[in-house]
Amino acid sequence: MNSELAPGRMEGFLRSRRDAGSKLLVAYITGGFEGWEAAVETAAAAGADAIEIGIPFSDPVMDGPVIQEASQRALEGGATPASVLATVPNLDTGVPHAVMTYYNLAHHPGHDRFAATLASSGIDAAILPDLPFVESGPWRHAAANVGIETIMLAAPTTPDARLGELCEASSGFVYAVGLLGVTGERAQLASTATEIAARCKGVTDKPVLTGVGIGSPEHAVEACEVADGVIIGSAVVRRLLSGDGADGVGELIASFRDALDAG
Amino acid sequence: MVMTDPNKEGRFGEFGGRFVPETLIPACEELEEAFREAWDDSAFVEQFHTILNDYGGRPSPLTECFRLSEQLGVRILLKREDLNHTGSHKINNVIGQALLAQRMGKTRLVAETGAGQHGVATATAAALLDMECKVYMGQVDVERQALNVFRMQLLGAEVEGVSSGSKTLKDAVNEALRDWVATVENTHYCLGSVMGPHPYPWMVRTFHHVIGEEARAQCLKLLDGLPDLVVACVGGGSNAAGIFSGFSDTESRLVGVEPAGGAAVGRGVPGVVHGMASYLMQDEVGQVQEAESISAGLDYPGVGPEHAYLSSIGRAEYPSVSDQEVIEAFQLLSKTEGIIPALESAHALAWVVREAASLQGQVVLLNLSGRGDKDVDQMMEVLGMDEVG
Ligand SMILES: Cc1ncc(COP(=O)(O)O)c(C=O)c1O
Repeated sequence: MNSELAPGRMEGFLRSRRDAGSKLLVAYITGGFEGWEAAVETAAAAGADAIEIGIPFSDPVMDGPVIQEASQRALEGGATPASVLATVPNLDTGVPHAVMTYYNLAHHPGHDRFAATLASSGIDAAILPDLPFVESGPWRHAAANVGIETIMLAAPTTPDARLGELCEASSGFVYAVGLLGVTGERAQLASTATEIAARCKGVTDKPVLTGVGIGSPEHAVEACEVADGVIIGSAVVRRLLSGDGADGVGELIASFRDALDAG
Repeated sequence: MVMTDPNKEGRFGEFGGRFVPETLIPACEELEEAFREAWDDSAFVEQFHTILNDYGGRPSPLTECFRLSEQLGVRILLKREDLNHTGSHKINNVIGQALLAQRMGKTRLVAETGAGQHGVATATAAALLDMECKVYMGQVDVERQALNVFRMQLLGAEVEGVSSGSKTLKDAVNEALRDWVATVENTHYCLGSVMGPHPYPWMVRTFHHVIGEEARAQCLKLLDGLPDLVVACVGGGSNAAGIFSGFSDTESRLVGVEPAGGAAVGRGVPGVVHGMASYLMQDEVGQVQEAESISAGLDYPGVGPEHAYLSSIGRAEYPSVSDQEVIEAFQLLSKTEGIIPALESAHALAWVVREAASLQGQVVLLNLSGRGDKDVDQMMEVLGMDEVG
């Protein structure tokens, strides 16, 4: 099987919403964090087009303080890949799901086994931020064999010479990393956010979503002047850390949805 | 020759590679190219050796341990990296990387440190070359190693305690990587061991090759031959890689000694963290575990990929020793030879002491990677004044 022949569920879903004129909104939520299940369902109901479910890892090198803390608290609460994934089929969202985790959790059980577990758990795609394009071949192949899409990250530092191949290899969508740095909200949208999205758009017609550093609906609207959508993570997780629960997440997602729809 | 260059993908066999966020891939490529170019430039190599000699105190002597050899029935030669400026082998690598960073136009160094030895060495090189320096150190280690924190500050570096995860060395590496992801344009990550993404394992070993090169010549002169064994402690594995690389093409047995609580090679489970595929201490689902030993400098759950490779092909062996054996070796060397070793280096001796019966009459070259001044406080607590008195 070859994932590049026909788009998978994530990519098909996002393409159709994009082509219908909508800007795309993906929400990240740390799996295993207290109340995460309700937060996922509420985020979808409030207008997220897809959900990224974090499987907490001991060494989240691409994450800033907010997601680090949520991951650590989830781990301390006993979250494991199995406990998070076993819950996903029970979630009523109506939108595609990606997992966002770190490569060792796929490497340890083995590519085939991890990919199969994802596929049987209602997961459509995977994001592994410490598995760069140059190392990603074997995993992408194993994942594609069971219909799991692999979303590649394109960084502001990625040279043009590699960007085309990287976007070609990405499935689900292309994750344009908005800035030089780790996840976390910033006061202003970095100029790199629109630059990298524009470069990706120049070489692919897959959905291009900008993530990392999108803290407010205003940032999202600005980023979407170029990108097809945005991924919001720390802003969402901060609501959970501060005890605002699913309702807080729902309000936040709705505010992004409204801003993007108003354009 | 067993310890040759890694392949194009930075692999030693199946180990190594470049498992870092996409943002850092161009920086790793740029570093690899700059390193190849610099190491090909005789002016750079000469500048490196001049600083190591005139500032760092190289070549380090080879010391024959007459009393200890007699006691154990094993002829023990120490490669005295403890006599280097800043007190350990770490300075070799740091001078190399700092010169390279400067050549690349970088103005700032970041580093991780466990016990503080690599942090102190990096702060020292930054002072020498007038660069900005920030050192990440687990909060647990900041409290355990207050003296080294102050040393770094005296040298003009900023030390940041890391309170995430297990608050030790592995988390300091994560934080240094996070810093580098955000500052890659003006900053060089001065990694402290033969670990991390390609080209670090190879580059760091190359900067430490001077240990093995000198030791081989010194052994040839003294013994008119080669040692039967070459023994070194292994945290990430830089001092071991440096000395092994002088002997990997010989018949000498290569022995890397891990702490029992940080036996990444000993357990032999492959994993990927901190940019490399190697052996990694992890739980049943792949979460990285904390290493725990008496020496903060060996408290690392992974190991450099070249060691994983040398173990997998059977060229080197990686036994482990207990904290108690280390404490005894630490005292033994102090009392018989008048040399207080770093607790890390005492691991290597602890293995020789344990195995002495099977090594009778053999010649052991032991890399004394550092001096024990930094550990005196800790040992005073462990031993108590009376027991020593
Ligand atoms: C004296 C000494 N030896 C050894 C080590 C361990 O590092 P490596 O295994 O890279 O030689 C350290 C690390 O702090 C050290 O200070």
